[in-house]
Amino acid sequence: MNTNKNRRVVVIGNGMVGYKFCEKLVAKEKNDQRFTLTVFGEEPRVAYDRVHLSAYFDGKTADDLTLAPQSWYADNGIMLYLTDPVVNVDRERKEVRSHHGVVVPYDYLVLATGSGAFVPPVAGVEKDGVFVYRTIEDLDLIQSYARKARKGAVLGGGLLGLEAAKALLDLGLDEAHVVEFAPRLMPRQIDDAGSGILQQQLESLGLNIHLSKSTQEITGDEAITGMQFADGSHLAVDMLVISAGIRPRDELAKSAGLDTHPRGGILVDNFLQTSDSSIFAIGECAVAHHMIYGLVAPGYEMAEVVASRLIGEEKEFKPYDMSTKLKLIGTDVGSFGDPFASDCKTIVYENKAKGVYKRVNISADGKELLGGILVGDAEQYNMLLQTCKNKTILPPDPEDLILGSRGGEEAGAGVMSLPDDALICSCEAITKAILCHEIDENGHTTVDALKKATKACTGCGGCTPMVKDIIQGVLKQKGVYVRNILCEHFNFTRQELLDLVKINSLKTFDAVLDKVGKGDGCEVCKPAVASILASLWNENILEKGRATIQDSNDRFLANIQKGGTYSVVPRIPGGEITPDKLIVIGQVAKKYGLYTKITGGQRIDLFGAHVGDLPVIWEELIAAGFESGHAYGKSLRTVKSCVGSTWCRFGVQDSVSFAIEVEERYKGIRSPHKLKSGVSGCIRECAEAQSKDFGIIATEKGWNLYVGGNGGSKPQHAMLLASDVDKETCIRYIDRFLMFYIKTADPLTRTATWLNKMDGGMNYLRAVVVDDVLNIADGLEREMQLLVDTFKCEWKEAVENPALRARFAHFVNVPEQKDPTVQFDALRDQKRAKEWA
Amino acid sequence: METRTIHKTEMIWQPACPTSHIPEDGGACVLLNGRQIAIFNFSRRGEWYATANECPHRQQMALSRGMIGSQGEEPKVACPFHKKTFSLKSGECLNDDGYKIATFPIKIVDNMVYIGV
Repeated sequence: MNTNKNRRVVVIGNGMVGYKFCEKLVAKEKNDQRFTLTVFGEEPRVAYDRVHLSAYFDGKTADDLTLAPQSWYADNGIMLYLTDPVVNVDRERKEVRSHHGVVVPYDYLVLATGSGAFVPPVAGVEKDGVFVYRTIEDLDLIQSYARKARKGAVLGGGLLGLEAAKALLDLGLDEAHVVEFAPRLMPRQIDDAGSGILQQQLESLGLNIHLSKSTQEITGDEAITGMQFADGSHLAVDMLVISAGIRPRDELAKSAGLDTHPRGGILVDNFLQTSDSSIFAIGECAVAHHMIYGLVAPGYEMAEVVASRLIGEEKEFKPYDMSTKLKLIGTDVGSFGDPFASDCKTIVYENKAKGVYKRVNISADGKELLGGILVGDAEQYNMLLQTCKNKTILPPDPEDLILGSRGGEEAGAGVMSLPDDALICSCEAITKAILCHEIDENGHTTVDALKKATKACTGCGGCTPMVKDIIQGVLKQKGVYVRNILCEHFNFTRQELLDLVKINSLKTFDAVLDKVGKGDGCEVCKPAVASILASLWNENILEKGRATIQDSNDRFLANIQKGGTYSVVPRIPGGEITPDKLIVIGQVAKKYGLYTKITGGQRIDLFGAHVGDLPVIWEELIAAGFESGHAYGKSLRTVKSCVGSTWCRFGVQDSVSFAIEVEERYKGIRSPHKLKSGVSGCIRECAEAQSKDFGIIATEKGWNLYVGGNGGSKPQHAMLLASDVDKETCIRYIDRFLMFYIKTADPLTRTATWLNKMDGGMNYLRAVVVDDVLNIADGLEREMQLLVDTFKCEWKEAVENPALRARFAHFVNVPEQKDPTVQFDALRDQKRAKEWA
Repeated sequence: METRTIHKTEMIWQPACPTSHIPEDGGACVLLNGRQIAIFNFSRRGEWYATANECPHRQQMALSRGMIGSQGEEPKVACPFHKKTFSLKSGECLNDDGYKIATFPIKIVDNMVYIGV
């Protein structure tokens, strides 16, 4: 190929692959070898991320989805024509002519015309309310029509169809249906059993799935009113999105006389050359190795091959692995290698309760992984894919690949055992060796830095967890150990410090500082050590010099509020309260002029108490049977409950009683951060237990225990730790879970973050808490029981101890005088803190 | 105007409170001539400090309730509201330029705290 003279390149199509080709060619250009690039796009927008199109309904804007801004093209000398499809290719004169009459000569022409939606020949597809799902314009049309629609359906239960179904759910239609011709969902990727689990998961989210349905007619006058199926059944819908496959855009190639496939697609050879050696075709418009590659990664690889060949590098397009992993409406689905291999050993794991299905196909000699399917839990996808691609020799018990290690050594040796040429980011063709080099030699030790340096993780993002593991692995090999030390006064992590305090039986801050620290402490290490002391010994937090190492809230056993007053939160376990106690709260609030509000945790918060009034307020509350609610502490807040089987017609267990039991058990226990819990009486989950650090949901047979959830700025759902366990087992698991968290988490780290950072994640946590692989469960339970047994109400002790009580004064020289700077404004028959400047 | 003249020309040691009223390695507030003053008993270092009780960040009367400690050798207090930290010696804010608190001379005589005003 003479690359010295022939430098005019025209690209037809500005989709993902067309853009990627430009990006690659620009990157490969050398100073003595510049190309003149012209791009024609049919759509009004520059290339955008079509893979994550449904994110558009999820709050992403068209700009968010854009791959590179329009200025990028100009900055790189690329002439870009949008809203201007090429209508004619003159192969004799080697020039193209656009719809608007722009004529551009080429030395090389790259067809990246992509595909359109395949619309099956069903009567009525032209009716109003019938859409395809392909471009941002399609989405705009769908969105605007959906405002007046109630029931929507998607025709097609494949990968694209389920993406479109997610869009319908996001649009908030009353009913969303998926209609599939085949007897299963995602027929190209997963088998019947996997489809069954996926269907169950999708149905639980409100999708209605109809399989083996051949659509005969779309009914309605002007607009769609329903779908008529060949089996005689009918589905009433007022909008339909067709997402039944793709049709390669080969019409331009055809009219130019290039060879095309009878069922569509431009025929290319291993070098992606069409029947005209000056013309290439890449992406979904091309038929290579007898197939259309309908995924983005092979499209990018095609772009790479053509860009390489234009600068004179030898490269060919080899049959591409069609493995894929994606999150479909919250359910992970992975399919790799040959998912349907026959004549092999197959290992299947199915757990309908958890919605998990895994299948691996192993060669008859048991040595090689041929392929497999993951539904509901695709955590092992990357490792399995690499094991399959690299033909790694399998361990003697290959079931460990999908079941994880169960008590023994970990299956395989993780990502660091992969060969150097293992492809980690398949979108950008980044190997393990490239990543290791960037981390080791160039010091790019974060995912963000590696994204910039290599573009890894910038495509589908599926490789991000592996990239993180590689960073950790390389750093470990280099002997770099990243420790979160507390502060300048303690060169230890919280976990290390907790162990030291325990081994040395240290009970005051000064003792800890003298033994293992330096300097005088600060506002970071003081509350951390206070929490450790409380978690280990559970002595009164205000005695033996411990009062002044507490944060202000703990020191005054109340939450400091704007203006310097405090709030009072009595414990109301499980949210259950007698009318008499409710009256007492009202009387106290009235007497001391407190602003009163129901909290999000089913209790009552009284605001605006002067620090000097706190002891008398609590005296009255304690006399009425209340205890401290520990709203001020990094400790258990509330255990929210729904009313459960005692009143609710749906409830299957007594959730209030269990919530009270749980709250009474763990109240007052200090932990690295606050702890929230909830107990729901049935699957409707009215107590929102899955948004808690530990949440319990009643089942017909017992209780499901979820851990690691939180609301806040980064909401995260809790994950299932154990299912259908009885109360006693549930409590035992919570004991172990909480104590393990208390002993190992960094300061001010919620359980969700702690679990996210844990090596091995939920599987590891389950191994520790449920299977007791570390053999520490007994110890954890004993330590928790000690804390439970030594509980004392801090407020009761404070009001009964004159020395402690004397500390609750604003002016120590005139204790009866209140802070005169405290001011309130009136608000809806109550008051509020005066706004600060 | 008159008090300022006195302050400049002739410092008066005013008795504030018995030392036992200020917790060890912590602070408490006294009212002196209508002014709120935070007194800190840095017992770990055997030092006493007095500053304004008001944090200048949001004008909250709360510094006496803050945790004290050290940054390097510098003794400091952290406001309980937003954890602005101030040198107990100079009054300079250590983690946000532009804020400063007043500091006062302090001495202990016969278990009594005296503030220089």
